[in-house]
Formats: sequence, C-alpha cells, structure tokens
Amino acid sequence: MCATCGCDHHHDHDHHAPGAADQHRIIQIERNILAKNAEYAAANRTRFAATGITALNVMSSPGSGKTTLLVRAITDLRHRYPVAVIEGDQQTSNDAERIRATGTPAVQINTGKGCHLDAHMVGHALDELPLAGGGLLFIENVGNLVCPAAFDLGEARKVVVFSVTEGEDKPIKYPDMFAAADLLIVNKADLLPYLEFDLARTLEYAHRVNPGIEVLVVSARTGEGMPKFYEWIESHAINGADHVPGHSRASHGAVAQ
Amino acid sequence: MHEVSICQHLLTLLSQEARQHGVSKVVRLRLEIGRLSCLDPDALCFAFDAMAPGTIAEAAMLQIDQPPVRATCGDCGAAVELDERFDPCPSCGGTRLELQGGDEMRLLEMEAA
Repeated sequence: MCATCGCDHHHDHDHHAPGAADQHRIIQIERNILAKNAEYAAANRTRFAATGITALNVMSSPGSGKTTLLVRAITDLRHRYPVAVIEGDQQTSNDAERIRATGTPAVQINTGKGCHLDAHMVGHALDELPLAGGGLLFIENVGNLVCPAAFDLGEARKVVVFSVTEGEDKPIKYPDMFAAADLLIVNKADLLPYLEFDLARTLEYAHRVNPGIEVLVVSARTGEGMPKFYEWIESHAINGADHVPGHSRASHGAVAQ
Repeated sequence: MHEVSICQHLLTLLSQEARQHGVSKVVRLRLEIGRLSCLDPDALCFAFDAMAPGTIAEAAMLQIDQPPVRATCGDCGAAVELDERFDPCPSCGGTRLELQGGDEMRLLEMEAA
C-alpha cells in the first residue's frame, strides 16, 4: 500500500490476489515504459545522422540563462555552420523571438501544462525547421531541473546549464539531471565576485553524481569562457555525434580534486 | 509531475500489448522502477489512480519492484547492492562506487482477467 496516501496500489513487495491467479493469464512483457519515446528519439537520431546535423539538448532550472547563452553562441557560430534552435516553454514564444532576432531560424514548442519536451514533439518541430545539412541544432528544453532528464530527444549530447546564483548543492539535490548530462556549464561567472558561491563545492557535488561529467565555467553575458564551449561542441559533439547520451555512466564517488 | 506523462506512456504501451494478446481487462501490472530512475513510485501510483479509470487497467493493481542498485566498490572491490544513490559501500564504507544500471523503468508483466 502507498506509504503516503494508503491507495490500493501495492509496491515494494510481492502481492497476489489469493485464488484469483488460477483463472488469470500472466503475460510477460519486459518492455521499457518509454519505448514509444525511444522509437521517436531513434527516428530523430537517424534523421540527424542522415543530414549531418548535431543536436544538443540544453536543460536547466528556469532563469539559469539558457536563452542568453544560446543567443551568444549562435551569434558567434552562425558564420561557421548553419544553426537553428528549437525552444521549449509552457507558454509564450518570447524565447523563439529572441533567437529569431539574431537572424537564426527557431521553432517554438509550447508544452501547455507539460514540464518537459519529448522526442515526438521534437520530431514535429523538425518538420517546420529549415536547417541545412552539417548544421548545429540547439534544443532548449523547458526550464526544469527534474523532468527533462528522463526523456531522450535523439540529441548527440545533453548539456545542463547551472548558474552561480543557484544553490551550490543543486547537483546532489537534483542528481538525475546531473547524472544524465554530458556537459555542465556553470553560467553567470561574472557575478562570482559579488556572491558567496563555492564553485569548488558545486563541482565536487557534480562529480560525485557523475564522475564523467565535463565542466565549463562561462559568462554568457560577457562572453567569458564561451570559446571553450565552442571548442567542446566541435570536439565532442560535431566530431562524436554517434554517442548516445544517457545514464550508462551512472556512478558516483570518484570526486575530482 | 513527469509521472503523469510517464503514466500516459505506460497506459499506451499497455493498450498495445493488451490488443496484441487479445486481453480486454487487466487486473495486475508488474513494473520495475530502478532506484536511480527519475520516477517516484508513490507519485506514479497517484497518477495511475487518476488516469486508469476508463481504460482496460482501471481495476488493475500496480505492483512495483524496486531492486537494489548493483555496484562495485572502487576501494575494496566488493560487488555490493545499495538502496540509494549516495549510500557508502556496505562492506568497507568506501564512497568510490561504480554503479550498474538502476535507472530502469519497465513494464514486466500483466495479469489478464
């Protein structure tokens, strides 16, 4: 019985309705609950591979500066490759408009009450998005440090953006997101002199959750550290886009000193 | 709140499997939810209560297995099982553990009436 509400569903222990199973048929299934999303993600990944597009799934809590980071990145990168953006928000097309103001194509997905993007939504957005082969696609997920971690969109890499105005212990408070990400971008570094923020502690927590996570410290506002992000995109994403991100590296304890 | 959309995926998967196996009523579902997955079993039960009525699973009992997380200790080398992500090694107390899996979200079986 549920510990919280006493509802009739059972978990944490085996339960069989006595006598009833004799007339019942038990069917083995053993399928991933998100199998449908995995199929859509695989279709997106095939589509990206066929056209040489590198997709990055950019996630964070609201207000970390994702859109500012993307505006800076596309302004700097759009002369190197074709760039496009898929924007996910519950409401408004404000973010897509900020991206389009730079001259970069953007499609806004409004999830309504939904708290994350899924691979099906991204597939439809791709139908509307003009992006030439060999290009770079940023998918800005709904601002939420919990739910987006569970949904593969077909991206080459997952990037989590975390700003220094947030608590240092976010990586251990929301471990699923930091465990799933390939790259941690610590943003708003220009504010560090004004804050009591222990960067080393944040990085220790992030590596405790995910020893393999890479880390970059940037200020999207001033541009500090951004060239390192562009180098990372070129070396890890564009040249290694066959990597499938996920939880396969799940481990903890190898804390970087 | 992603339990609601994951519950929707579960009900969709279930209706596909039921159709394939000629099942019209499901009385029990057995799921495996890894302890490192993003799913909270109580929140999933709550979503299931709200969403199952009107489906073939409306009378179904939800049975959720949460097997311990398998890990290898980087300090003592023991193969161990953990209850939670940040648990120390039960053998030596070490914290350098390589975790294996633990993020499963699977529909294992259904019992048809």
